[in-house]
Amino acid sequence: MVGLAEIEPSSLHVQQISKSFPAPDDPSTRRQALSDISLSIAQGELVSLVGPSGCGKSTLLRLIAGLEAPDSGELSIGSEPINEPSAERGLVFQDPNLFPWLTVRRNIEAGLVARGVLREKRNEVGEFMRLVGLEAFADAYPHHLSGGMAQRVALARALINHPKVFLLDEPLGALDAFTRMRMQDEVLRLWENRRTTMLLVTHDIDEAIYMSDRIMIMTHRPGRIDRMIANALARPRDRSSSEFLRLRADILELLHFAGGAAREIPNECRWSGV
Amino acid sequence: MPVNRQFSAQTDGTSAFARVASPFARERRKETVGPSGWGLLPELVTSVLSPLTKGRRNKLASDEYYQAVNQADTQLSFGQTRPENHGAHRLESRSTLPWPMQLAVPLAALITFGIHLLLSKTAPPLETHSYMLLFLEIVGVSIALAIAQRFWSPLRRWMRHMWPIFTAAILLLAVWDMVTLGFHLLPLPYFPGPAAVLRSLISDRALLLDSTWHSLVLLLSGYTLGVIVGLVSGVCIGWSSSVRYWGMPLLKVVGPIPATAWIPLAMVVSPSAIVSAAGLVALAVWFPVTMLTASGISNTRASYLDVARTLGAGRAYLIFRVAIPAAVPNIFIGLFVGLGASFLTLVVAESVGVKSGLGWYVSWAQGWAEYGKVFAALIIMAGFFSTLMTLLFNIRDRVLVWQKGIIKW
Repeated sequence: MVGLAEIEPSSLHVQQISKSFPAPDDPSTRRQALSDISLSIAQGELVSLVGPSGCGKSTLLRLIAGLEAPDSGELSIGSEPINEPSAERGLVFQDPNLFPWLTVRRNIEAGLVARGVLREKRNEVGEFMRLVGLEAFADAYPHHLSGGMAQRVALARALINHPKVFLLDEPLGALDAFTRMRMQDEVLRLWENRRTTMLLVTHDIDEAIYMSDRIMIMTHRPGRIDRMIANALARPRDRSSSEFLRLRADILELLHFAGGAAREIPNECRWSGV
Repeated sequence: MPVNRQFSAQTDGTSAFARVASPFARERRKETVGPSGWGLLPELVTSVLSPLTKGRRNKLASDEYYQAVNQADTQLSFGQTRPENHGAHRLESRSTLPWPMQLAVPLAALITFGIHLLLSKTAPPLETHSYMLLFLEIVGVSIALAIAQRFWSPLRRWMRHMWPIFTAAILLLAVWDMVTLGFHLLPLPYFPGPAAVLRSLISDRALLLDSTWHSLVLLLSGYTLGVIVGLVSGVCIGWSSSVRYWGMPLLKVVGPIPATAWIPLAMVVSPSAIVSAAGLVALAVWFPVTMLTASGISNTRASYLDVARTLGAGRAYLIFRVAIPAAVPNIFIGLFVGLGASFLTLVVAESVGVKSGLGWYVSWAQGWAEYGKVFAALIIMAGFFSTLMTLLFNIRDRVLVWQKGIIKW
């Protein structure tokens, strides 16, 4: 651990956290969801978390958001420990979860209202609606929006609080391939403009390579971070370039998906670092 | 309004957009009224009271594109003296109702009155006279409307929707006449004919009006009290698990007792019969409102609460801006059930203890064996209660405009 003075205020630190839940079939036993997870994300870094479903990616994100408390271990933003949800950690889910009773504009304002700063920051609402290209739909209700539009509203709603850390839980997972690629570019544009620290959970390896500076691969039962891969490809990235495809092949190789049948991932094969 | 016009012009062509346009237009109109939600109130009241808006809104429920576009157009041109929207004319190929439909109501009125004339040889001439005046009015008004609808398309749409019902209602009077006055299938004096009921309605109008007024005051005071207490207790039980632990058993044990079963106790406890009746109405409303509010609050989607918390929401925001709005559809079900229960309790309480109101009037008229007056009071009750129901439906349509398209009402 580096000295306090050197900790960047918007960096994310997760130290040796574990989390278990009561097993759904037998509440007297507990099932280990996360085991001894440690990671650090530098200020302004975009990191992807890739892994099979059920490996605890979402649980890790909920812990960072403060929606759950870990059984052991510590989480902090900069040098401030995470104890409860806060507007400085924005979270966007796979389901946009827009409040259906509010119009697009009121949904985007929600964070300002919740923090009681709507009066001072009302002018930002229009700015964020422009940012995600939804000015024309300001007064439409969420069920009139397409999936991609709804997710853009969800992004704007989280971003209007200027979070130090932006957490994305498979935000593009429910979109069709074309919308998803366009939204990847939009998220990247938002990130490049604002340089927010970003943690993106995804099960799409292409998305992870296209977007992130680093890719963390998680395994399941119990969830732990298996590998950490630095992605130094120059931006903007070309999904069909040979470097892109080589990195993709490497990751598939690491995940034992290359060349047909998947093999068991040996538990001892734990390797971190760049 | 130019923004709306532009918007609908841009979006002419796809049903999804057409459906977006309507709430957009409505929201716009809201905003012009005033910055705060309370500025809406006058507009809300007028639109709630206007029968024309209901027809317009019913149309929106349909998915058909033309209707939706037509709807959007009407929204834009509503309130202008001369509709200049050619889209509406193009889409609505007819500029008048078909003749049979225009003539249906006056014809039905003439037939019904003719039947009455045939049957009413023995009836008092005064009854026939007022009955005739009623039908003259129906014929006159329906002919005037048939002319007016050529020039005013909202009226035309409303008439197209309502005329078959009106025609059937008028013909039903003829059936009633035949069953009672004509063939004496039902025993007199318990089942008077429609003309006799109308005569009672007219001759006793002062007392009926007074009774309706007393019922309205009693009902509204009881209902309002019950709704307020019910909302507060429902939110508390739905939100806090400790309040739920202690409050739910009480609710489950006390709530299902019919409010009217408390009448003997209420008479003893309260100094005035009116106060105890209002309390009973409130009790009848309180139970369903509490139950449904509590279930709505406790079933708020956890993800909405999670999202709000990551946006920096405190407890007040979570309760008042997330849980309660999410529970509003449920709350309205409670309000409807409570309204029905309040009618029942009102009428029973009035006929037992309170010496005023429609419930009292019915039992009083029955005591004098004046069944014409009983039916007259029943007709007033039908109109009175269904108006209140319709009012609540319209308020719900306004409040839950965001649900439009999510669920089928």
